[in-house]
Amino acid sequence: MKLHEYQAKEILAKYGIPVPPGKVAFTPEEAREIAREIGKQVVIKAQVHVGGRGKAGGVKLADTPAEAEEVAKKILGMNIKGLTVKKVLVAEAAEIAKEYYAGLILDRSSQRVVMMVSREGGVDIEEVARENPEAIVKYPIDPDKGLRPFEARQIVLDAGLEGNLNKLADVLVKLYKAYVGVDAFLAEINPLVVTRDGEIIAVDAKIDLDDNALFRHPDLAKLREVEAEHPLEIEAQNYGFAYVKLSGNIGILGNGAGLVMYTLDLVNRVGGKPANFLDIGGGAKADVVYNALKLLSKDPDVKGIFINIFGGITRADEVAKGVIKALEEGIVKVPIVMRVAGTAEEEAKKLLEGKPVYMYPTSIEAAKAIVAMVEGKK
Amino acid sequence: MILIDRNTRVLVQGITGREGSFHTRQMLDYGTKVVAGVTPGKGGQEVHGVPVYNSVKEALKEHEIDASIIFVPAFAAADAALEAAHAGIPLVVLITEGIPTLDMVQAVKEIKDLGIRLIGGNCPGLISAEESKIGIMPGHVFKRGKVGIISRSGTLTYEAAAALSDAGLGTTTTVGIGGDPIIGTTFKDLLPLFNEDPETEAVVVIGEIGGSDEEEAAAWIKEHMKKPVVAFISGRSAPKGKRMGHAGAIIMGDVGTPESKVKAFQEAGVPIAETIDEIVELVKKQLG
Repeated sequence: MKLHEYQAKEILAKYGIPVPPGKVAFTPEEAREIAREIGKQVVIKAQVHVGGRGKAGGVKLADTPAEAEEVAKKILGMNIKGLTVKKVLVAEAAEIAKEYYAGLILDRSSQRVVMMVSREGGVDIEEVARENPEAIVKYPIDPDKGLRPFEARQIVLDAGLEGNLNKLADVLVKLYKAYVGVDAFLAEINPLVVTRDGEIIAVDAKIDLDDNALFRHPDLAKLREVEAEHPLEIEAQNYGFAYVKLSGNIGILGNGAGLVMYTLDLVNRVGGKPANFLDIGGGAKADVVYNALKLLSKDPDVKGIFINIFGGITRADEVAKGVIKALEEGIVKVPIVMRVAGTAEEEAKKLLEGKPVYMYPTSIEAAKAIVAMVEGKK
Repeated sequence: MILIDRNTRVLVQGITGREGSFHTRQMLDYGTKVVAGVTPGKGGQEVHGVPVYNSVKEALKEHEIDASIIFVPAFAAADAALEAAHAGIPLVVLITEGIPTLDMVQAVKEIKDLGIRLIGGNCPGLISAEESKIGIMPGHVFKRGKVGIISRSGTLTYEAAAALSDAGLGTTTTVGIGGDPIIGTTFKDLLPLFNEDPETEAVVVIGEIGGSDEEEAAAWIKEHMKKPVVAFISGRSAPKGKRMGHAGAIIMGDVGTPESKVKAFQEAGVPIAETIDEIVELVKKQLG
């Protein structure tokens, strides 16, 4: 789960990392009031869950409260990469001397949380990783010990950061404590600024939380903003499906993440465009399949549905029953192509005999068929 | 075959729960030697004739145990794995999905330090065909034969095993290593075992987008593998930055792309199957 910048900064502040004074505003008037309280030049930043806000015009400076109101008026309601800006962060503008990067990520290879620090901050760290990888210092952290001050100081030195060594190291130590404290998946400060007065401030921050651990953080779980997600993704979540909305027109439904990914690959390979990823999971009963079809039928992009089932713990006849129920209730109005194999395959085929479902023996044949159908060739 | 056979004595942690009880029945039916179960607070009960204990240590007082399979809910699953490892059970299979990631970072480190092998979490377990299954896969699709399988996916593994079995090639041991970003055992940990296993003549590696386990496996194969390997990668058309069902199936920046995995396998001389049926063809071709 993604947090907004202002929420991430609230967490960092709680763990003792200095952040610029500021507050979130929902109206231009509120923005003016906050700017007045700050009494200095402010920066007004759109709070939306996408990168590249600055380039999209969602980050602007304002010298006076009146200007803050004017700028906030422009940014609020702005559309950034498909998302409407509903709130802005109004914060004191920092007097930047140096811009660094500090981040914590989960690294599969070392199976550790890794601290990454770079003297090239304020830019996209992935770009730095591509073009100048030696400018990033990576340090895997022992989960038993955490990040100790001496390790943090060495990271600062190795990365060549200039500024108060102890203060910089302290930010790294606290960032790790925050990461563990909130069960983050990713936590980064970019830029980590050294001001002209030598102060160290987290000017921008990003935290993604581990969804699996949200049960331990009910206060953070409440921050989920359903309006920022696709409505079908929210509905799928309520059903307990793994669902991802994609940009094509073929609805995909299968059991098991690997099989569904494979099905998307096949459809793509034969020239089709999947409308979604939908995994009904293991051991699904008829009603689960019925609900899945109901969900797909709510997507206006879906012009045909490909159901790919390999029965293991999931019984193919249960899947067939769900499909038949959805057909009988008139829920599905687009063609359905199916491929079923495995447990209770024969029973499923018998049940589906004479039903308006196109059955194919292999995944690839089914993929070709559904692509031909939605492209209007059949 | 590797890791388990018909003599492997198995403990089920979380045996009194819905999943634990169901799969205990399935494993017993397959012929797996399930000797004991653990559910804290429910010691003294029986599940399908299997005695239940309050702790792993208590179970070990009464039974010899070679492996444990865990069906404990996510919030307590890593703790259960640590309990098994600290009690000295050499093989721990963690089925549970949705375990907090930092719990796994801690547990994987601690369990490795103890010298215990952890498989999973979020995995279907493992099966030595017609010998023993410590997992949740449909046993009947695995016919005894000569191909070892290591996979990050569940259903696709069953597909591949069924296709190999139908083609008369069959399988030795199949290990589902799990779809989470932090897992106890990866491809490169298991390849050496298959390399030394006299029964296994070829290995199928079923990978997917996310992370770089496939790249590391390819590097190992290039240096050490004596037997033919065929690879498969799912999620090749997946968009960047989206989690495709599995917590670990996500392309982050330049890491975890299918292109990088394809390239790594190609450089290691490992042919890549485009479809499940092609896995069979390529294995046949490799075996001559």
